Amino acid sequence: MSNTTLTEIVHSTDLIKNLTLRELRGKYRSSVLGWLWSLLNPLSTILTYWFVFGLILQLPATVGTETGLDNFPVYLMCGLFPWAFFSSCVNGSMGVIVGNAALIKKVYFPRAVLPLSYVLSILVNFCIEMTVLIVLLALFGVNALVVLPWLLILMIMLVIFTLGISMAVSVLNAYLRDLQHLIGSVLLQVMFYLNPIVYRITDVPQNVNLLGFSVPLRAIYLKNPMARFVMAFRRVLYDGAAPPLKDFAFLGAASVASIVLGWMLFSRLEWRMAEEL
Amino acid sequence: MSDDDIVIRVDNVSKRFRLYHELNRSLKATVFRQGRAKYEEFWALQNVSFEVPRGTTYGLIGQNGSGKSTLLKCIAKILRPDGGTITVDGKISALLELGAGFHPELSGRDNVFLNAAILGLSEKDVKKSFDNIVEFAGLEQFIDTPVKNYSSGMYVRLGFSVAINVDPDILLVDEVLAVGDETFQRKCSEKFAQFRAEGKTVVLVSHGMGSMRMLCTEVALLEHGRMLTKGEPDDVIQEYLGDVVEERDPDGEFGQRWGSGEATIESVEFFANGKPVGSHANCGDRLVARLHLRANERLNHPVVGVVVTTMEGVHVNGTNTRLGSVDLGIVEPGQFTIDWEVPRLDILRGVYLLSVAVTDETTLGHYDYRQRSFPFTVEIGDALFEEGVMTLRSSWSVIDV
Repeated sequence: MSNTTLTEIVHSTDLIKNLTLRELRGKYRSSVLGWLWSLLNPLSTILTYWFVFGLILQLPATVGTETGLDNFPVYLMCGLFPWAFFSSCVNGSMGVIVGNAALIKKVYFPRAVLPLSYVLSILVNFCIEMTVLIVLLALFGVNALVVLPWLLILMIMLVIFTLGISMAVSVLNAYLRDLQHLIGSVLLQVMFYLNPIVYRITDVPQNVNLLGFSVPLRAIYLKNPMARFVMAFRRVLYDGAAPPLKDFAFLGAASVASIVLGWMLFSRLEWRMAEEL
Repeated sequence: MSDDDIVIRVDNVSKRFRLYHELNRSLKATVFRQGRAKYEEFWALQNVSFEVPRGTTYGLIGQNGSGKSTLLKCIAKILRPDGGTITVDGKISALLELGAGFHPELSGRDNVFLNAAILGLSEKDVKKSFDNIVEFAGLEQFIDTPVKNYSSGMYVRLGFSVAINVDPDILLVDEVLAVGDETFQRKCSEKFAQFRAEGKTVVLVSHGMGSMRMLCTEVALLEHGRMLTKGEPDDVIQEYLGDVVEERDPDGEFGQRWGSGEATIESVEFFANGKPVGSHANCGDRLVARLHLRANERLNHPVVGVVVTTMEGVHVNGTNTRLGSVDLGIVEPGQFTIDWEVPRLDILRGVYLLSVAVTDETTLGHYDYRQRSFPFTVEIGDALFEEGVMTLRSSWSVIDV
């Protein structure tokens, strides 16, 4: 039969809403602190990184151009939260097809709603984190509301970019279960350090000498959409400034490419899904 | 029939499965074998075509592995055929597994909304039929309890209740009507009848031949993924039962015939409660097997006997005219007819085989012996879901609790 079409997705808003609620409710059901965990989790991460990279290794933060901020934990949060959103989505999406095998084998519904609703459930957390960050910035005397439009545009682009990759890995993992380990335990860990999250992009040398070759490291860094996302979020929140237009163009193009490729891959592979599980 | 009256059109549909020799989908296997793990191809469906007219109940029968469930899943869009097309006109609800997608940690209430959304119901519609769903499942008291605390019966009841209240145009049912206790069974049957009365279309997969005969307007028989026949339920089911007997008889043990030929057994007719029934009856019916026999010469006090066995060869009962104190006396050449009457058929649902014999006065000399040659099915009737070969017509009473 036909693959999932966009119209089907549009007609499935109630389903998407219900699946998202299932993720959210299911996650914290039966735990004492419940929803509080979605705040405690990032908080503990921030404290850990601040302790290791800020206090022990004494990595410096930049000074916010418009805001005058000079605060390592806040600097960290501005980059870490977008990364954590991306990373949780990709990591969790690999399980959504395999984890819903019973459902896929017994009921027809547009399969794409599975990674979509998962990403949305993480987005709820991301929004909470961003709200907390904006409140925190206010405590430091920074009114982040002036950059809110930029922030929202960035968030939308990040969601689209992440959704494309999440769709791709969710369906690929149904066919090749190694991905879960390769991406979950290896790639995402490595990528965390290959993004300028705990350090500044200016700490990355323009060129490094590797085995006698001169490698333009900084330029390579700037090709990575996630690095650019991290930098753009930081520019908006920490510096309080609008990102350059060409950054928006780059991120916009990356998001469109990601969602188109993810969608194509998903619809190519989804029809044999019920047999593969 | 005009095109508008066909709700499901299955056209030349084939479905191939891959049987992997090892469940190894790792990267290592992919790299070292240059491609994915080795597999054999297996055609679960081959060039199957049929049309389901609007408002009818269409039955799919066949033995395990014949492809009927695969076909149902193709119609439900869960599987995609490798060849051919399926066109469906209307909203489908498939009762393949009840409560698929329930989240154990969530309450019954949340799961109703979730499950209904998965089945394609809008939230507005769920709100409208929510009370009906809960009442139908009989779970008013437990609706805010997490479903992990439900018994399996409650689980299935809620699943069925959601699925049936989705209000589809076409209902696909795979052997799920036999869930729950007696009361729930009856409610299901009523709902099902109401559904059919509203002129909606049903595609049914079942092993219960009696219910198929009763419910279906047309039946298709599948064997090894091919459409063998389709048509009138009675004809198709008859053919299927014949096949079943043959299939389960690898040693040629069933249907054997021997004898010295002084008499021949020509045919057997079955009557339930006085009505001719082909070859099926309900538990509790008054069953008559009318044996059409022929004497090829003058017979001296012949004895006619029958044996009932299950498909597995369990001897249920054996008796003959002599044991029943009936003396046939001298039988002149020509046809004669004997009725074997069971006042109340107390054997439980299943396929049974009747052997018929005509012997001499001593019962040792066989004129004609047709062993396990006449299959008949017994349906659930009034014995409901008891287990075993027969019902003991037992009852329960509480003396002290």
